[in-house]
Amino acid sequence: MKGLITMDDLTNDDIHSILSDAERLLPVARGELYLPLLQGKILGNLFFEPSTRTRMSFETAMKRLGGDVVNLGDVKTSSVVKGETLFDTIQMVDGYTDIIAMRHPRQGAARYAQDAARVPILNGGDGAGHHPTQTMLDLFTIQQSHGTLEGLTVILAGDLRYGRTVHSLSHALVRFGCRLIFASPELLRMPTEIVEDLREHGADVTETEDLLGNINQADVVYMTRIQKERFADEDEYAKVAGAYKLHARDLDNTKSEMIILHPLPRVDEIHPSVDSTRHARYFEQAFNGVVARMALLCRLLNIEVPAIIGGGDA
Amino acid sequence: MADEHNMRRVTAIKNGTVIDHIPSGQALKVLELLNLSGDTSVPVSLVMNVPSKKMGAKDIIKVEDRELTQSELDRLALVAPDSSIAIIRAYSVAEKLNVNLGEEVRNVVRCTFSNCITQNPREPLPHRLVVMKTDPLMLRCYYCQRPQNLDELILNLI
Repeated sequence: MKGLITMDDLTNDDIHSILSDAERLLPVARGELYLPLLQGKILGNLFFEPSTRTRMSFETAMKRLGGDVVNLGDVKTSSVVKGETLFDTIQMVDGYTDIIAMRHPRQGAARYAQDAARVPILNGGDGAGHHPTQTMLDLFTIQQSHGTLEGLTVILAGDLRYGRTVHSLSHALVRFGCRLIFASPELLRMPTEIVEDLREHGADVTETEDLLGNINQADVVYMTRIQKERFADEDEYAKVAGAYKLHARDLDNTKSEMIILHPLPRVDEIHPSVDSTRHARYFEQAFNGVVARMALLCRLLNIEVPAIIGGGDA
Repeated sequence: MADEHNMRRVTAIKNGTVIDHIPSGQALKVLELLNLSGDTSVPVSLVMNVPSKKMGAKDIIKVEDRELTQSELDRLALVAPDSSIAIIRAYSVAEKLNVNLGEEVRNVVRCTFSNCITQNPREPLPHRLVVMKTDPLMLRCYYCQRPQNLDELILNLI
């Protein structure tokens, strides 16, 4: 594995082993221990479109492990605005860094960058394409709560058409035999080619517009934001978006161990009353972005994460 | 017999290339694929919708005084994967060639997805479409992984 562009770059064994590394790195991510595994290494953060959590968690992950970060900065003031190609930008940053994390508005940009680069590329989102580092932190959070990734029933709800997080996550969950329920408005359904692809891989996939009617079956509910600008008029948006909002009262009959995830930022789709329920996991999920990315940075830089961290009995 | 009759619908060529077994109605697309539709320097004969034992109906193209190269002919696989090609020298078949799409189509067509990274014409890496299936033909962009619309693809020839 050179870089991480889509989840296809990882085998199930890779996923298990990276999640296990992440688990051991938790005290380092929390700042309880300093473990400079990546001392002397430099991460290039290339975010060609806005990002808060992904960019900051990459930066935190690198610094917690003793590494350093250089940023592209605001695209509006970088050489990109002068018309520099992605190829040339990558050639330059490739020479400055040991590994690159990037987000780009165009689909396929991460794979293109990987072909142009000598150093590994971590895809932090390419258009409506893939977001595999988000998927790794989603899987980490699911495993943390359920103790397994195998055979769970997962509802993915909201904007399944444009949401790259749900595209990457669906592909990964199917590999662990999860049953998927896609709950979305007609306009924002999971792209047909993805559904067909999942079914070809033997996936049990149900498509519905009814989130609340199916919520009691779920082990995981993965909410996403429905963006107003996807709809022709505001009334239509208000009507549709209302059906994909969760309130604490909707959770009365759900499985007790069911967890609710969200890649954040949320707007109205999860009411604050949900935050204090036992089901809410989205803030832990955001924190897990650091630990999952720490494990990925080590893996792609061929740095072994020690089997025991923090002394213990050793 | 039927085939011989079809071939004689236009006169035999002395030197050049004959492309046979093109799916009926696709000959004009083939000309476009081979960049022959606007080329007035070589005589081209076209026979369309003639009966064929193998295909029901087919098109045939004869290009005079030009031997098409294997890489030019490989483009044909996008619309006529089963076509057969003969290079003619002094009125006889000097060589028979097969169309071969291979595993990847490189720098022949641009991805049809409007938000693919390869839409920026200044990006220098090659355009790459991966052959997922040949019957029916299914291609995906190597970079953005979008399945390609074959009708639109013809408009994206490089």
